[in-house]
Amino acid sequence: MTNEALKEKILQLSPAVSFEEGGQWLTIIVKPAAWHSLAAQLRNDKALFFNFLFCLTCIDWKTHLTMVYHLESVQFRHNIVIKSKLDAADPSIATVSDIWQTANFHEREVYEMFGVNFINHPDLRLLILPDGWENKRPLLKNFEDPVNMIKL
Amino acid sequence: MVEEIGRTADGNIIINVGPQHPATHGVLHLVITINGETIIKVEPHLGYIHRSIEKMCESLTYRQFIYVTSRMDYLSSHINNHACALCVENGLQVEVPARAQVIRVLMDELTRIASHELWWGAMAMDLGAFTPFFHAFRERETINDIMEETCGARLTMNYMVPGGVMQDIHPNFQQRVKDFIKLYKSKISEYDELVTGNIIFQNRMKGVGYLSPEDAVSFGVSGPPARGSGVSCDTRKTYPYEIYNQLQFDEILETGGDSFARYMVRIREMNQSIKIIEQLIDNIPEGDFQAKTKAVLKLPKGEFLQKVETARGQFGVYIVSEGGTTPYRIKFRSPGFSNLSALDHMARGSKLGDLVAMMGTLDLVIPDIDR
Repeated sequence: MTNEALKEKILQLSPAVSFEEGGQWLTIIVKPAAWHSLAAQLRNDKALFFNFLFCLTCIDWKTHLTMVYHLESVQFRHNIVIKSKLDAADPSIATVSDIWQTANFHEREVYEMFGVNFINHPDLRLLILPDGWENKRPLLKNFEDPVNMIKL
Repeated sequence: MVEEIGRTADGNIIINVGPQHPATHGVLHLVITINGETIIKVEPHLGYIHRSIEKMCESLTYRQFIYVTSRMDYLSSHINNHACALCVENGLQVEVPARAQVIRVLMDELTRIASHELWWGAMAMDLGAFTPFFHAFRERETINDIMEETCGARLTMNYMVPGGVMQDIHPNFQQRVKDFIKLYKSKISEYDELVTGNIIFQNRMKGVGYLSPEDAVSFGVSGPPARGSGVSCDTRKTYPYEIYNQLQFDEILETGGDSFARYMVRIREMNQSIKIIEQLIDNIPEGDFQAKTKAVLKLPKGEFLQKVETARGQFGVYIVSEGGTTPYRIKFRSPGFSNLSALDHMARGSKLGDLVAMMGTLDLVIPDIDR
């Protein structure tokens, strides 16, 4: 499907989303509260069928965090990017590990690196960082660690 | 983080494989719950070689950060560098000279063969056959020598830069690659005689670690493990970059979904890489090996994603730029990380001894997973 067709189809499914212009692929902005139901529709819709979660990550914009999801359909070869701005005081969003199983590991990584709380995640604990790093959030922009980090 | 060693409440035994274990090929720690010899659960504990490369890259310029990526998947270092160079070029809108494009693809495919050779030797060694390792290294050393002559390094090449390659190929390069192809063709039948056709080997591989196509996609598995389950996902075919759309080669697909299918994908993929090299080695166009770029690179404000096919699967570089000389945020989507997440699902219900075959055919490189 072309970007235009995708846009039309997604607007039918969920009229509340907005779009961002200028990216390589169609970029959809969604509110954290609406993400899980949209994700299920994107995955299960016969014409969209976004069954491959290429990558999910988070960006620290200093004032807030933004989640970024790159979705791909292995059958139809179309791609979209989903962005969701998280609440600064309570960065939380629903897990999608029940929709794409790969999200389980990726969300654990985002949780330990950025402190995003994934609601209903089955196993939200440290994955890469060792014990004692529970509340440190090393990928945040304001993180300073004179012992373990060499400032380049 | 580490569970108590002993028994769970329902009487199952917990054992630890790693962090130092020959079959994990690096510092991977698996906490395995077993009932008798049957695996109930496999839980990977990562991070023993985590260097926070993503954080480091935030303070490195667009020329510097490429060198760090060789240290992730060190068996596909050319391809990692290639992805980063492509991503920066995409942002700068730089046209890469034809000569550099051909050299890059040649290097990528040589790397892929070298990586699969090492995997093949280590895989057989995991299953108890020591000899194949030496056979594999005989050919792999030839590739490493070719690399050393042109790039100056044998493992972390750092040869690809934004705009092309760092320097021209060595005058011996073409002849030595041709010699390698001759050597490879005379030896590849040995691989099948020694390992592939071996009935003990086949019994240990067939039906072990089955991964259905649906699960492979859901777990984000890519590369040879996904193609072993029949999922068409070769980035060189599906999202062609560089000159791959002008080359004749096949995407290798097997439908078994078990360890043997994943094994066969890699063996057959090496022949396709040889086919690509043969098409290019006599047709390297004359001209510049590097486009003219500014000394200080500045990417425009925006986001750039580049996917490439490494020896292990889809590798992605995602750069968020604020218009400065360093990336605002960079994310490396490493194939090994997603492939490893499927291990628990694959291993449940099989015997403990088969775990090594499953890990071997996933071709895990730990620095690639931890980053």
